[in-house]
Amino acid sequence: MGITVSLENMDKIYERPKTLKDQVMHYCPGCGHGVAHRLVMEIVAELGIQEKTIGIAPVGCSVFAYYYMDIDMQEAAHGRACAVATGVKRMMPDHYVFTYQGDGDLAAIGTNETIHACNRGENITIVFVNNAVYGMTGGQMAPTTLIGQITTTCPSGREQVANGYPIRMSELVAQLPGTTYVERVAVNTPARVRKAKKALTKAFKSQELKKGTSFIEIVSNCPSNWKMTPVESNKWLDENMLPYYPLGLYKDEISGE
Amino acid sequence: MSEMLLMKGNEAMAEAAIRAGSEGYFAYPITPQSEVAEYMAREAPKHGTVFLQAESELAAINMLYGAAGAGFKVWTSSSSPGISLMQEGISYIAGAMLPCVIVNVNRGGPGLGTIQPSQGDYFQTVKGGGHGDYRLITLAPSTVQEIADYMSLAFDLAWKYRNPAMILMDGALGQMMEKVQFKPYTDPGRDFSWSTRGKKEDRESNFITSLFIKPEEMEQVNLQLQRTYREIEKNEVRYETYEIDDADLVFVAYGLSARIASKVMHILRNKGLKVGLVKPVTLWPYPYKILHDLADRVKGFFVMELNAGQMVEDVRLGVNGKKEVGFYGRMGGMIYSPEEVAEKVEAFARKIGM
Repeated sequence: MGITVSLENMDKIYERPKTLKDQVMHYCPGCGHGVAHRLVMEIVAELGIQEKTIGIAPVGCSVFAYYYMDIDMQEAAHGRACAVATGVKRMMPDHYVFTYQGDGDLAAIGTNETIHACNRGENITIVFVNNAVYGMTGGQMAPTTLIGQITTTCPSGREQVANGYPIRMSELVAQLPGTTYVERVAVNTPARVRKAKKALTKAFKSQELKKGTSFIEIVSNCPSNWKMTPVESNKWLDENMLPYYPLGLYKDEISGE
Repeated sequence: MSEMLLMKGNEAMAEAAIRAGSEGYFAYPITPQSEVAEYMAREAPKHGTVFLQAESELAAINMLYGAAGAGFKVWTSSSSPGISLMQEGISYIAGAMLPCVIVNVNRGGPGLGTIQPSQGDYFQTVKGGGHGDYRLITLAPSTVQEIADYMSLAFDLAWKYRNPAMILMDGALGQMMEKVQFKPYTDPGRDFSWSTRGKKEDRESNFITSLFIKPEEMEQVNLQLQRTYREIEKNEVRYETYEIDDADLVFVAYGLSARIASKVMHILRNKGLKVGLVKPVTLWPYPYKILHDLADRVKGFFVMELNAGQMVEDVRLGVNGKKEVGFYGRMGGMIYSPEEVAEKVEAFARKIGM
């Protein structure tokens, strides 16, 4: 015996924003990318900037972001999203331009482009999804992999002697004079999702001020490559990721503007 | 037509790009073409053209990708090591079918090499360089005037076919000063409805990509590229000929070497040897047919290049074994004198019984 629910007289309070295509995403169950995609697209819809927003997709799990985000997008070579975004923004300074990049893309192969875009104060928003592992290639060590964390290329756990230290990008770019707004958020609880949305909204709106780069790091999970259930991964994120990558505001030169 | 000016090749190139209505230039300094960025830094703002000095050639080519992907008329320039660094981006630009112009002011290699002129990047330019099956429309000027003329042509061809175009020249041409006149330019019109300028209500979103993970789709993209390449091969082969009507021996040379070849011709004709010159203007598509046709009536061909023998392979493809093809080259930034080449040609002529 089932429960019959009538849809009559019910208000729809949660639906797909029109800026998100009606597509089934390829992301693994429990992955934070789906939430992060949705947040960015909700903001584009709410700010009414779909016609003026250009997204730059990375190489990594979110390489197909343009199949989901219903805006004009460019797919960059691995690590080059910030350079591509620079090219777009310099030609169209009144458009909203953002990159959406993972840790391998932004903090390993693309560190140079990231730092120089931030240092020039490119008037773009960088959305950085940090899940401490290479997802698309199957779970290799990332620049943000934690000490002791096991991946397929550090099978006995990352050791600083062999592999160096996990890189903290928010702290790094916050010290560059070109950045105006840097915040680290997470999407593993409803409260944090709301906070992440607030930060992303502020970052996008900051482009109107034309004062520099906004950088939002989303600490996220990778249940498949962490070899955990989604619930376990969210717990592991709290216990292991956040002590090393503390959430919070790293720089804000736009509030009150 | 503008007044007659005396200009350095590199500066004429930049001025020609501005006059061709280029909207953006992204580059990283490298000898022997840093004057281009300096000229653009000074002049671009006066014409509303974007100029940005990138942190590397890798960033520059990807800025170009972004700007071209947004449908703007943009270009970059560099020299051999910098162009090597750009190869990844060039492959992506070709794969994503983005029109833009890339100039290589070739210097001696391999490696860091030398800052002196060379033609050592022929293979890299016309046979690949980056990964995958792609082609660059390649123009090879041999005078400062041609640098100016080919700049607007390169833009027009790039946009006509949605394919990157390269101007391949060398450090000597970039550095030499010659007279130049800028011809009036009218943009033939550009369709950028495919580009990322912001999704409008009445259309699907545009995306610029070279990623097609399904092999069936990737093959279709490749077939489309190949169709474009066949079109370009059919329509855009360009070359010039000098004194080939009565020639028994035909030089094939481009760029700086073509200039020297014309001097060698003069020396040898004074000695009674009837030599002519075919100067390819497009290195891709390559003028195979004229060589194939000439092979039926001349006694031999002679190729001179500032490299170990790269274009000579295309000459041999054109001649297709019908006649002997001689070669002389210098490398590492060294330039042959006309007399030096004349001696080699005379020896070759004797060898083939002329």
